[in-house]
Amino acid sequence: MEVTQQLKPKDYRSDIPPVWCAGCGDYGVLASLTTAFSANHASTANTVLVSGIGCSSRLPYFVTTFGMHTCHGRAVPIATGIKLARPELKVIVVGGDGDNFSIGGGHLPHVARKNIDITLIVMDNSIYGLTKNQVSPTSRAGMVTSTTPYGSPDVPLNPIAYALVYGATFVAQSFSSNARLTADLIGQAMNHKGFAFINVISPCPTFNKVDTFEYYKPLLRNIDEVHTDKGDKIKALSLAMTMGRESATVPIGLFYQENRPSYVELLSGIKTRNKGTNKPDLEKIIDVFKL
Amino acid sequence: MGKDIIIRIGGEGGEGVISAGDMLAQASARAGLEVLTFKTFPAEIKGGYAMYQFRVSAEEILSHGDTFNIVVVFNAEAYEVNKGLLKPGNVLVYDGPDAGIDPKPIEGVVQYAVPMTKISKVDLSSPISKNMVALGAVVQLFSFPMDSLVELVRNKFRKKGEEIVNINLKALEAGAEYVRSNIKKSDRFIVHPTKPEGDAILLSGNEAIGLGALVAGCEFFSCYPITPATEIAIWLAKHLPKTNGIVVQAEDEIASLGHVIGASYAGAKAMTGTSGPGLDLMTELLGFASMAELPLVIADVQRGGPSTGLPTKSEQSDLFLAARGGHGDFPRIVLAAATIEDCFYLTVDAFNLAEKYQMPVIILSDGSLAFRTEKIKRPDLAKLNIMNREVYSGNGEFKRYEITDSGISAVSLPGQPGGQYIATGLEHSETAAPKYSPDYHAMMTEKRFRKIENIEDEYAASEYDGNGDEDIGIISWGLTQCSVREAVKRCREKGLKVSALYPRMVFPVPVKAIRKFASSVKKVLMPEVNYQGQFAELVRAHAGINPIRYDIYGGLPFTPEQIEAKIKEVI
Repeated sequence: MEVTQQLKPKDYRSDIPPVWCAGCGDYGVLASLTTAFSANHASTANTVLVSGIGCSSRLPYFVTTFGMHTCHGRAVPIATGIKLARPELKVIVVGGDGDNFSIGGGHLPHVARKNIDITLIVMDNSIYGLTKNQVSPTSRAGMVTSTTPYGSPDVPLNPIAYALVYGATFVAQSFSSNARLTADLIGQAMNHKGFAFINVISPCPTFNKVDTFEYYKPLLRNIDEVHTDKGDKIKALSLAMTMGRESATVPIGLFYQENRPSYVELLSGIKTRNKGTNKPDLEKIIDVFKL
Repeated sequence: MGKDIIIRIGGEGGEGVISAGDMLAQASARAGLEVLTFKTFPAEIKGGYAMYQFRVSAEEILSHGDTFNIVVVFNAEAYEVNKGLLKPGNVLVYDGPDAGIDPKPIEGVVQYAVPMTKISKVDLSSPISKNMVALGAVVQLFSFPMDSLVELVRNKFRKKGEEIVNINLKALEAGAEYVRSNIKKSDRFIVHPTKPEGDAILLSGNEAIGLGALVAGCEFFSCYPITPATEIAIWLAKHLPKTNGIVVQAEDEIASLGHVIGASYAGAKAMTGTSGPGLDLMTELLGFASMAELPLVIADVQRGGPSTGLPTKSEQSDLFLAARGGHGDFPRIVLAAATIEDCFYLTVDAFNLAEKYQMPVIILSDGSLAFRTEKIKRPDLAKLNIMNREVYSGNGEFKRYEITDSGISAVSLPGQPGGQYIATGLEHSETAAPKYSPDYHAMMTEKRFRKIENIEDEYAASEYDGNGDEDIGIISWGLTQCSVREAVKRCREKGLKVSALYPRMVFPVPVKAIRKFASSVKKVLMPEVNYQGQFAELVRAHAGINPIRYDIYGGLPFTPEQIEAKIKEVI
């Protein structure tokens, strides 16, 4: 075990400087993450940050915990493997909207319904930035990008509704420049037992000229003003379905939280895994094949 | 009895062909006989032609054999499929006269009609017991050990209740009784049970892979179901939790290898099982695992391809994929199992090699081997060497991807203070920081490949059988080796000078052994069950020799007869 002296947020920063553009929303998420680590006494040795591919997926290099920078869209299953093999580790996935809702979209329903005890922080900028300005699954309809020069024909995906419907047991949304709320939600998510999902709206100043900080700021509302029963999934879903449209607001804060046994708790085998005392009787298992 | 007997049972999928065959094989094994089974079945759930063949002998059995001595047909389709294969000396046992089978007399073929349908339907009022009636008849006809079978039936159906046990025993006896009262035996096939050995076990190829994983210390298995690999997962799902391990069914093959990669990073010995289409999907993460230097094992139980191909048949056509699949240059190790014993021991080796070299290891099996059951010597666990990856000591500066002479660098596991690092798919420095300069990419690529540069010196990559001056030498891999062994034995008995090389590792190609072997013979023959001669291509490219190819690609393995004929043709 590590010495349990509380580290300052900057102590979680590695000496590798971020490669993000000036004004990128992801800086705010990185700052909130290290604040949350500090506030929650996170151990750098017992925490693993996992990412896929994209601008935001570079984040693990910039912190001092264990980490994995993996393949596009595959951070969630890889993080799942870490958590199932070593339930005592804190496992956090960071990545973008393309990574988690498009190429990796097939994994989200399953990590949510299985209630794998990991935290997923999506840095949602509604654009593909690393590959320079292509349409993303959360890009608004009609958006002009390099691959949709006549306007995107696609309806955008709703991250909060998506997570709620698939059975995530902690669903929240934040805005990258609201460092206090973001850090607070990350802390709550890390302490939540089960799959925690946080969509952080994280504007891209370089390629997304419509979903900017200036665009969002007047729309943001603290969800607690209208939604206090965090166990009310229908209300949470209703808010998720109407945000930014009929109400012309974007709620931020905790939408939903539920206590449900995590996958690790339900698995046979793992309960005794880390006791390390009961040596398996292999001969007895081989006896299965005895004539 | 001759040296051995091959019995084939054919019928419709769902008629109990496979379970009847399984029970007879197991009863024979219990009675001290060697057995080796071979099954084919339709890709559909019900209906279609299903076939179960097994070879039984008092002596060692090398392969599934050429064809059958005795064929038992349950329905007209099974008769139609097999009638053309009947030769003088064979025995035909058929469901007659009510099953629509109307065999014409064939010179030298003994035919026995047993009214299986009538006995089960009319006499016993239990149509589902037809396979047991047939089994009873076969046991009586050829003197199989009835006691073992009765005991087996009791054990198998005990859970379903005394009534079910009795129905099955009654059907078994009715079949036997019909033979005693109505048939005058006029063939030469009689089984002579020998003394049972105490330390033998009977298992399938897929079960042997599961057991090998468990014994090697596998703690984590994740898969997506796919024929013909699923039984590995089914067996481990039942038994791995007993060792506190975990089995997960993932949402797809990509996720299953993702799980395995995460578990491996966390320090667990981890594995997935799949078949060709699944391995296709895994190739991106396979490259990541090799780049990030994470140990893991993939069992690829090959089926015929491409695409959905032949889901329930086998081929040796995933070798290019296993050895070459994926973008960029990255090392991996590919082992190929030929027998049930191989399935077990090569899986143990696969885990050891993965741990030692910190890279993915693929075991190639195939559909025929997956479902074949064979009696093998119980493994002596005390003799198995189990290896673990080199872990950072905690002293000194930790460089996860340190450049070393062996290419191997110590790994740290999450939880270890001072061991923090980023396992990465980006090209990186010794401390895992992104670094894409030409010199770093060259240096790190060399480091990764250096790990397996001399693997042939450290791992028994192949087995040689010869004297060093033969007319023809055969190099084969996977299940084909079984038929080659039998063909080589037969050819030698006929005075032909034949040698063989049996590679266990097919990638890296065991170049030294192959070159030495090639220089000891006048010609090299390479039989393979694929169209492109995939191993011959690799051997040509890596060892610089030009073998004579013999490729078959119908979805069935080689028979010894085919190999023997080819040897005679090219010698």
